[in-house]
Amino acid sequence: MAQTLLQVKNLHTIFPTDSGEVRAVNGINFSLARGKVLGIVGESGSGKSVTAYSILRILDNPGRISEGSILFEDEDIVTLPPGKMRQIRGARISIIFQDPMTSLNPVYTVENQLTEAIRLHTDRNRAQARERALEMLQLVGVNEPRKRLKQYPYQLSGGMRQRVMIAMALACEPDILIADEPTTALDVTIQAQILELMQELKDKLGMSIIMITHDLGVIAEMCDEIIVMYAGRVCERGTADEIFYNPRHEYTKGLLRSIPKLDYGKEKLTPIGGSPVDLLNMPRGCAFAARCDSAMKVCLTQQPEEIAINKDHMASCWLNVRDGGEGGQANG
Amino acid sequence: MAEHLLEVRDLKQHFPVKTGLMKTRMLKAVDGVSFTIDSGETLGLVGESGCGKTTVGRSLLRLYKPTGGSIKFKGQEIDDTNIQGFRKQMQVVFQDPYSSLNPRMTVNDIVGEALDIHKLCGTEKERDEKVVHLLELVGLNSDHKRRYAHEFSGGQRQRIGIARALAVDPEFIVCDEPVSALDVSIQAQIINTFKELQERLGLAYLFIAHDLHVVHHMSRRIAVMYLGKIVEMAPADEIIGYPMHPYTQSLISAIPVADPKKARSRHRIVLEGEVPSPLNMPSGCSFRTRCRYATQQCADETPQLRELRPGHEVACWNPQEPKSF
Repeated sequence: MAQTLLQVKNLHTIFPTDSGEVRAVNGINFSLARGKVLGIVGESGSGKSVTAYSILRILDNPGRISEGSILFEDEDIVTLPPGKMRQIRGARISIIFQDPMTSLNPVYTVENQLTEAIRLHTDRNRAQARERALEMLQLVGVNEPRKRLKQYPYQLSGGMRQRVMIAMALACEPDILIADEPTTALDVTIQAQILELMQELKDKLGMSIIMITHDLGVIAEMCDEIIVMYAGRVCERGTADEIFYNPRHEYTKGLLRSIPKLDYGKEKLTPIGGSPVDLLNMPRGCAFAARCDSAMKVCLTQQPEEIAINKDHMASCWLNVRDGGEGGQANG
Repeated sequence: MAEHLLEVRDLKQHFPVKTGLMKTRMLKAVDGVSFTIDSGETLGLVGESGCGKTTVGRSLLRLYKPTGGSIKFKGQEIDDTNIQGFRKQMQVVFQDPYSSLNPRMTVNDIVGEALDIHKLCGTEKERDEKVVHLLELVGLNSDHKRRYAHEFSGGQRQRIGIARALAVDPEFIVCDEPVSALDVSIQAQIINTFKELQERLGLAYLFIAHDLHVVHHMSRRIAVMYLGKIVEMAPADEIIGYPMHPYTQSLISAIPVADPKKARSRHRIVLEGEVPSPLNMPSGCSFRTRCRYATQQCADETPQLRELRPGHEVACWNPQEPKSF
């Protein structure tokens, strides 16, 4: 078993709002091993980005972690003083954001933005930091790196900006790279380039990656382990093969059924009925019950516990409990 | 041969762009595109951002005035003088269900507006019934009439957009990335709605999207665009199973497949470099700067679409062996 680098235990992140408390992340557990790629899938609002922001403690006001712990090596990130957190953020755990168009500062040059992180976290001087920045741009495959250093973000294409973001995130050789929808804003051929680059760099630098996306294709290509999130909870987690070939939560099954596939016929798609759950108005039982065709009475009243399907696979669905609780169909 | 519903020949859409104080250059967003669409048929149009696929859709509806070529609808040439009449037969559904609906109008007004403009309903009661009928057709109900767009989820908004397009009983709808902004589970619902409506009403679609999976699922034939030109056009299964243009091949191989075992064993063609600026296009074939099979001929002469297999046209000097990915 590979060494565990990050362990998230019973994490709760809430956003108090005028109309009530939004439980964006509602008691999730997972761990990440060194050198592995962990995928987090889910729809908009499922809490996957908030999970990432919680790990880095960059939650937007008024969001806060209300319960649980995030162990990074032996330290609990949740209780770390801000000064210590700053030493981890950007240096040991870093992030690439979804939108390369807006996540670079438009009024600074590429060099400015790249060297800032390097000088903040290492004791390199200006010239050395510049060397390092150049080296990073070459590493991520930016052509004419010397010229690029002097340019502003608006002068670069989307794929190029994402490469600069990756260079920035990797400049201090982090242990964990969090990639929040890193290719969603890019075209497929550019996406293929970026995914290939991330895989290459992972092998070269030996880091772990947390890959957040709604694209099951990207997940299948990149990830060793997968977490499926719905309404702030983990429905199912396990190895990629287990999740794709042996899904044990109705939501995961629905997701896999609802994507059009190139090699199948054009029969009707099977969408998941209904709409995503309202986070301000969470049901008492399983959050997915209202959209689930196999929902039973127990699903409406009681939150399913996480059950081990096998050693590589956990699922939170009453259908996996042998007796099925009280039984009986709820949704007809 | 039966008459095509829509016949586009050598469509050009060039935009003047100021590149300096006194300098203007032409951006060739669409540069000589020809295709036909039959009644009740779907033609898929795929390509990456900036390839001109959206511009094609908009030029068809004369939202931009084409700078060249001809567009015939039921054999009749569309021009400035008669476009108003054609708008009753050709409609559009836009990509972004958030910005394409007026936030200050109720659903009733949004869907009913076209009915008013084209004076399709004599009485208030008739109009009411028609709006309710349209909402039910797309899977909404009459209670939704009095609400504003912001009260709906993304999928429901897209349904409102579809109801609006259907209001004038069109025969042809340009669907411009209609599901790209939606979550997968909702995407499937909307795709099914489009297909059901096509069966019931005999609609023809030009289905524009960058997601080949979605386009393949929707279309009978698919056209692949690169920098303002169609580089390959064939029946949907043929394009996916037997792509011949090097660009189509790399495009298909670059799509991530939701199947880990297949993903591990698959051979992916990763394209070098990026799309050239449309202001500064390469001579000859515009794909040659990223093409591993490019020769001198590709720089000298622009390849035209040629039929290399039945119904399968490719614009390439060095078409590749068809292969699946």
